[in-house]
Amino acid sequence: MQENGIGASVRRKEDQRFLLGKGRYTDDINVAGQTYAVFVRSPHAHAVIEGIDSRAASAAPGVVAVLTGEDLAADGIGPLICGVVVTSDDGQPHRAPAHPALAQGKVNHVGDHVAVVIAETLAQARDAAELVEVDYRPLPAVASTADAAGEGQQQIHEEAPNNICFNWPFGDKDANEEAFDSAHKVSSIELVNNRMVTNPMEPRAALGEYNSGTEEITLHMTTQNPHVHRLVLAAFNQLAPEHKLRVVGPDVGGGFGAKIFVYAEELVVGWACRKVNRPVKWTADRTEAFMSDAHGRDHVTKAEMALDENGKFLAMRVHTTANLGAYLSTFATMVPSYLYAFLFAGQYATPLIYSEVKAVFTNTAPVDASRGAGRPEATYLLERLVDVCAADMGLDPAEIRRRNFIPKDAFPYQTPVVQCYDSGDYETALDKAMELADYSGFEARAAEAKNRGKLRGIGFSSYVEACGIAPSAAVGQLGGGVGLWESAQVRFNPTGNVQVFTGTHSHGQGHETTFAQLVCDQLGVPFENIEVIHGDTAKTQFGMGTYGSRSLAVGGVAIAKACDKLIAKGKKIAAHAMEAAEGDIEFADGNYTVAGTDKAMNIAEVAFNAYVPHSYPEGVEPGFDENAFFDPMNFSFPAGTHICEVEVDPATGEVEIVDYTAVDDFGKLVNPMIVEGQVHGGIVHGIGQALLEGCHYDENGQLVTASYMDYAMPRADNAPDFRIDYAPTDPPHNPLGVKGCGEAGAIGAPPAVINAIANAIGAKHVEMPATPETVWRACQTAV
Amino acid sequence: MSTINLAVNGHSVSGEVEPRTLLVEFLREQLRLTGTHVGCDTSQCGACVVMVDGKSVKSCTMLAVMANGCDVTTIEGLAEGAELHPMQQAFMDNHGLQCGFCTPGMVMSGLDIVNRHGNELDAETVRRELNGNICRCTGYQNIVKAIRAGARAMGE
Repeated sequence: MQENGIGASVRRKEDQRFLLGKGRYTDDINVAGQTYAVFVRSPHAHAVIEGIDSRAASAAPGVVAVLTGEDLAADGIGPLICGVVVTSDDGQPHRAPAHPALAQGKVNHVGDHVAVVIAETLAQARDAAELVEVDYRPLPAVASTADAAGEGQQQIHEEAPNNICFNWPFGDKDANEEAFDSAHKVSSIELVNNRMVTNPMEPRAALGEYNSGTEEITLHMTTQNPHVHRLVLAAFNQLAPEHKLRVVGPDVGGGFGAKIFVYAEELVVGWACRKVNRPVKWTADRTEAFMSDAHGRDHVTKAEMALDENGKFLAMRVHTTANLGAYLSTFATMVPSYLYAFLFAGQYATPLIYSEVKAVFTNTAPVDASRGAGRPEATYLLERLVDVCAADMGLDPAEIRRRNFIPKDAFPYQTPVVQCYDSGDYETALDKAMELADYSGFEARAAEAKNRGKLRGIGFSSYVEACGIAPSAAVGQLGGGVGLWESAQVRFNPTGNVQVFTGTHSHGQGHETTFAQLVCDQLGVPFENIEVIHGDTAKTQFGMGTYGSRSLAVGGVAIAKACDKLIAKGKKIAAHAMEAAEGDIEFADGNYTVAGTDKAMNIAEVAFNAYVPHSYPEGVEPGFDENAFFDPMNFSFPAGTHICEVEVDPATGEVEIVDYTAVDDFGKLVNPMIVEGQVHGGIVHGIGQALLEGCHYDENGQLVTASYMDYAMPRADNAPDFRIDYAPTDPPHNPLGVKGCGEAGAIGAPPAVINAIANAIGAKHVEMPATPETVWRACQTAV
Repeated sequence: MSTINLAVNGHSVSGEVEPRTLLVEFLREQLRLTGTHVGCDTSQCGACVVMVDGKSVKSCTMLAVMANGCDVTTIEGLAEGAELHPMQQAFMDNHGLQCGFCTPGMVMSGLDIVNRHGNELDAETVRRELNGNICRCTGYQNIVKAIRAGARAMGE
């Protein structure tokens, strides 16, 4: 056990550079001779391009080039792809319309990319972009999720009749119907999961450099997964062969999913830097981010639960229409399918679950994974539905949850929706949360609030999610085009310090600290002598990156396995040096010892011997540097209960979150300080969805919320301090005993908040975002 | 083009700027002080907050020419070498940052809150005063804690 090892709230290694202003984000990087790219974007939601006249722009001061989709096609740059296949109910794969990086004769959403202007200065590029004349013939637009596949709707893509990407039924429909027909009671709810813009604070950016001597492109960019970007850009977009393309994700200012995907802009920058043979830089402004980052959520759902007379769940069915936007983003199809419907069991032993998901195209920005990705949508509808069930049955919301929980002795638990939960203890988390939240004192607090004219409500959310993404075989079976293992390399330098190379990417999660703690713990090397390196395809071995709360649960295990290999190799070297049998060598706290003697050798000395092998065991390779790959055996299943308490002012509809408790099961915590920070951030992200954030397109497909003036981000005064605790269980499938914590808050929070509001005002349902207007209106109609 | 002369982090600097050049563009592009960040284009996010003559300013809302003759402090101007300013140290000690992008603006706003409200700050005041700064990572709780701790440390 090391002081800075597993379980210690070590201060973060990355903080010093960020606090000094010495972080190095993509837009902070400047190279000699760089030019600036500005995109010409469609102001129309849906239009045919009759012509593009770039003569005036090309002649403007400082302009290096004006490039269009024609140039892109001429150079053989391929369209953007979606990497996961979902089979539609007609047995055919989902419909995948062409997605060119620069428009080919048609635009399909506001902000769609039409041309790029490259100039000596950013101001010159902006000025010239205004001079590009695009002759648009506007078409009627489809903006509404619910109506996109309706009769007589404007057709967006020829390849997708009725604007349907896929219809995906899942589960035993007949058995489900039987259960509903014989049920004591059926509870139902219709709800909208509001569209969100992911909004990492650093906008997307890219800097492309081409070396005509080596024919290599180097792309610095805002990425959560540099190797995935390199792979897709090389294999599918033909940007450059994989070995001639270097992708670097330097410091990245938040991701939350938005920086997973292969976007048009980064591809165009990589292509353009070779075309003009000059470095090209592009940085999105916030309005561009709103228009062209992949958005999240956007479902319209009806869900029903069949119950017996004791409030036990017999069967559940869900009908969802999911908006995928104008084109398929990189992983768009899997979000409202596998990442969604496979979570419908939640924490409950519901024996039968049937769902139908209709995924539709609209003239809006593409929709893809955003913090939680499918799991927040599943949890929201389930936890809202459970509260409706409780009300219909006259049961306390905690009691109905308790009656239906998967009991803690039932693990591993095979749900009816593919996932097999490996561990959990849901009742302990609920009990702990109720105690921390002083549930028994709620009535008194509500009465006191009433005296002040406020309506006080309390809401539960008992969530489970599937992360630690993912076992490669399972991904393959589901139609995913990748393996989701992770890699690590742990290298001792001859002087005894350690460099850890990981295929994951840190953009706020603190891997440089957490992973160093793992290595410190396992190898007994001082924390300050360990450096974690990530984010550069030229430095690190292939890796799958960071999303789906996978970095520690998958990438951390790969690091531990590489350390195991070093320890084993070191035994041979130490045995030789100490003239003992390998079998007598023990390793603990950084020291090799000979059992039963006082002979000892530090691992740093062993490393030195490995690099200066003057006296060295026969058959052992020099060097002290090991690689490992880890493919998880199962997903991990973080779970917990969140309890939110609100006060509503019935006169204004204003909601104040007055108390919030989260009791989570993340398995073992490596750095509790960092974990707590992830929980805080996730909860506020979820509160943002519940109370504030709503991305809105008008009926013509115009993006009404395209800046922070119109799109309400949560701010410091939107939440109180949280009560955080844990109810850990040990996941048998994970060698480190960890589950992942990055998305849990965003998954658990929205239903807790809305359940609390519904409880406060006595309404069956309130849509998100529960703005004062929405809540005030609900107050007028609530009983 | 106009010539401007100003002090940045205690050093006299001058530059040639267009009338439309923003202070943040001058800092980032000409002086290469890239610690000050741009997170939006509507003066909402606060990632670009700097001190101008001792008052916090969103440097995306000020033209560079308006800073002529001013004394500007950026995030790079707070520490003594590698020794962090007490407010910076408080952010580290209280895990008041994750991705680090909003952090320079948060630290500068924290200093401004101390200037206006003193060293003993209650959480409500800090939360209200941070209304012009957006963070997507931290959920704010640890930023509030950090600013309160930093304010206290500055008074010692």
